[in-house]
Amino acid sequence: MSTTIENPNYAYPARSKRGPSFEKAGWIFMRASGVVLVVLIFGHLAYNLIWTPGGISAIDFGFVGGKLADPFWRWWDVTMLWLAILHGSNGMRTIVNDYVHKPRIRQIALGAIAVAAAILILLGTLITFTFDPCPPTADPSLLPSFCADL
Amino acid sequence: MSETSSSLTLPDPSPRKTSFSGTLYRGNEGMWSWVLHRITGVAIYFFLLVHVLDTALIRVSPEAYNAVMATYKNPIMGLGEVVLVGAVVLHALNGLRIILVDVWPWATRNQRPLFWIVMGVVVVLMAYFVPNHLINVFSPMEGAE
Ligand code: HEM
Ligand code: HEM
Repeated sequence: MSTTIENPNYAYPARSKRGPSFEKAGWIFMRASGVVLVVLIFGHLAYNLIWTPGGISAIDFGFVGGKLADPFWRWWDVTMLWLAILHGSNGMRTIVNDYVHKPRIRQIALGAIAVAAAILILLGTLITFTFDPCPPTADPSLLPSFCADL
Repeated sequence: MSETSSSLTLPDPSPRKTSFSGTLYRGNEGMWSWVLHRITGVAIYFFLLVHVLDTALIRVSPEAYNAVMATYKNPIMGLGEVVLVGAVVLHALNGLRIILVDVWPWATRNQRPLFWIVMGVVVVLMAYFVPNHLINVFSPMEGAE
């Protein structure tokens, strides 16, 4: 037995087209966002879990209110939100394309990833920028300490 | 771009050696890097879906947010957080390794030792994180919930 390959010297271009393409943009985005996410996520974890005395046990409404009153942390969180969701969703798209071969199911899975990404980005961005650290009707003992001075 | 009309006849390939070290890819660092990167990426993705929703509760009321955060503050979730942070650290550092291997020929040639360097840095960072975190989990500060 042997294998016969017709036209073994037939040369075809490795790339079907040159110039911008969606997959290439995605490839670059995964790497660019990854580098920025290392800084944002490591900073997020270090600040919330290690550098804040008490770490996880100190996280409550007062803690988040104190953080989000500062524009620095608002922009930090929103940048992290957008990049992490887009990066994670694009990665999930790759994985679905690898494993899901039935066109109908693949379409549904990709649609669900896109819808989830849109909803979470919208929701997260809205709550970060419309958040009131001192809601007037809330129990004052649960609020950040600076609310007492208002 | 030439096309020849000849055809090439190859003998059947001899069966591949099945010894562990005899495979080029399967079972080696490259495969583990890929498998771990994929599993950690998916795990972090599903965590993030839930995490954005629980954070969104700050917009509902202080009580709602504190009630959900209280469910994170027990030893079982504490261990879950260790696993999550381990996955994030591994995915992040291995991601940096993938980027270097893609763009820097030296790193491409040395991707194998780089994998072990990544694993070493993960161990060092976790050796710093885990004790600090477990202290916060098992002996929370006075006054904190
Ligand atoms: C912390 C910084 C991060 C870095 C440096 C990083 C790096 C990378 C890189 C370079 C890739 C592309 C791999 C390839 O094209 O072969 C990738 C894939 C991926 N990332 Fe990340 N990432 C980070 C954070 C995240 C986060 C927060 C999530 C989840 C929300 C995530 C989920 C994924 C997924 C699901 C994939 C696809 C895996 C695959 O195709 O096997 N990553 N990451
Ligand atoms: C156990 C580990 C974690 C804890 C305790 C935690 C805690 C928190 C807290 C308290 C907030 C409120 C705002 C702030 O502190 O800045 C927050 C927001 C956020 N976290 Fe985490 N986090 C953890 C891990 C992660 C990881 C691994 C990621 C990335 C994949 C992440 C992504 C985010 C994002 C994007 C926001 C902003 C959400 C928004 O603006 O709607 N967190 N987190």
